[in-house]
Amino acid sequence: MKILVCISNVPDTTSKISFTDNNTKLNTSGIQFIIGPYDEYALSRAIELKEAAGGTVTVLNVGEADTEPTIRKALAIGADDAIRINAFPKDAFYVASQIAAVAKSENYDLILMGRESIDYNSGLVHGIVGELLGIPSVSPVMKLDIEGGKAVMSREIEGGKEIVEASLPLVAGCQEPIAEWKIPNMRGIMSARTKPLKVVEPADITDNIKLLNYELPAPKGACKMIDASTPEKLFDLLKNEAKVL
Amino acid sequence: MSVLVFVEGAGGEIKKSSLEAVGYASALAKKINTQAVALVIGKYSDDQINSLGKYGASKVLSCKNDKLSQPLPMPYASVIAEAAKKENADTIILSRSSVVDAIASRLALKLGAGIVTNVVDLPDLSSGFKVKKSIYTGKAFAFYDLTSPKKVITISKNAFSAVEGNGSATVEAFDPQLSDSDYKVQIKETQKATGDVLLTEADIVVSGGRGLKGPENWNLVIDLAKALGAATGCSKPVSDLDWRPHHEHVGQTGVKVSPNLYIALGISGAIQHLAGVNSSKVIVVVNKDPEAPFFKAADYGIVGDVFEVVPKLIEAAKALK
Repeated sequence: MKILVCISNVPDTTSKISFTDNNTKLNTSGIQFIIGPYDEYALSRAIELKEAAGGTVTVLNVGEADTEPTIRKALAIGADDAIRINAFPKDAFYVASQIAAVAKSENYDLILMGRESIDYNSGLVHGIVGELLGIPSVSPVMKLDIEGGKAVMSREIEGGKEIVEASLPLVAGCQEPIAEWKIPNMRGIMSARTKPLKVVEPADITDNIKLLNYELPAPKGACKMIDASTPEKLFDLLKNEAKVL
Repeated sequence: MSVLVFVEGAGGEIKKSSLEAVGYASALAKKINTQAVALVIGKYSDDQINSLGKYGASKVLSCKNDKLSQPLPMPYASVIAEAAKKENADTIILSRSSVVDAIASRLALKLGAGIVTNVVDLPDLSSGFKVKKSIYTGKAFAFYDLTSPKKVITISKNAFSAVEGNGSATVEAFDPQLSDSDYKVQIKETQKATGDVLLTEADIVVSGGRGLKGPENWNLVIDLAKALGAATGCSKPVSDLDWRPHHEHVGQTGVKVSPNLYIALGISGAIQHLAGVNSSKVIVVVNKDPEAPFFKAADYGIVGDVFEVVPKLIEAAKALK
């Protein structure tokens, strides 16, 4: 089983988001970057599949040199090798096109990634990669097993789930609880330093959307407190003040 | 030229979020002086189909092909692309859902269209085609210009209000070409909770956390939700402990919701939970710990024991009717 796991390099969930350069750039000062949490679940499942049936796990990130600590963490978790496509991840179409350009010649059985990145929340990369490679894609996948050369998956739908089956090769956008979250051990951290990390230059992609600028939401007003002895007053406020009832 | 809007249903009923998308498509069509065409795939009653006209569609393409009874992204993307070509649609609108991401990404590629998801407002057409998108799980917005002739937009739930009017639409049967190569993924089984209000579609969500102390106390959450006609949700620890099913887990790694009213009972408000609810219009928090971080994100708060406060809230909610 030859598995590719695509990871994003994103601000930690607890990060306070602000912008610089006239609201055109993320202010990265004080922000810790991590593997996208959904991507980390995909990576964990890839490693479980490799441990059970053999094969290789390659991680791929579209990012500039500053994403390498995040890639090394993925290697410490258990990926065998890594590819960094040396480009700023402009948008979902651009990232997916770069992934597809690399994956085209490598014949991966499975291409796993998170259902979406937690920065731009677009949820598009898996579908675009599948379409570009002419292979099926499924998302959001909560369970993935390989049985008789096919992938059997459980996919979340509103208010329930679907059991779906697809032939390989396949792209899956993953989310918990697809695998046990893995914490790198000392051996993994040591070996990650020497595992191969290949840097490739990006393919030439013509973009059809242009990021203009960012904006922060209006600051939230103070929380209005209601006495616990008269909680029913809440509904008057929801009805007459907030007008949501 | 037209604006095409994909209409999704659940359990034989058109989703509220799809009606919002029809309203959005109609408002956009008016701005560019064209018509909104709704594409509905599946078997719906005449009333349901006619309602699309009331929300602003001028025309409805009704596709009842049995091979499309299950919402598979690959054939759906092909069918929507065919409808877009047939109607000469420059812009295609979809409401974001668990299946729409996969449909929209493939659709955009088939049409060579630029795509932006999670759009929260009508496009600004004063120079180009400028859209506002929610990013960082609701913590910020980004503005994009879609420069391609064809455009695909998915809109966030509750970002645009569906307003029912007196309009009507002509209904036309649509029988697209289907390709076997689009059926590489097969749905073997669907396991759906029945009788509940869909969490992602609900106007009101009542969620419970570890403060409820155990699944045996969940009647407090359920009864308040029932009295308000709300859906029920829970925090991550609650679904991890198997007190509630995973599809009720609200948060960054679970379901993201954006109701008009989100009521959190006994949830302290970890950042991962807030990430799943922070686009709610109004947030109410009931927690006995006055230092619970959730109060900072809430509009209304009650510091008190859920076992004392919630029964009173249930009685008061019943009296609202």
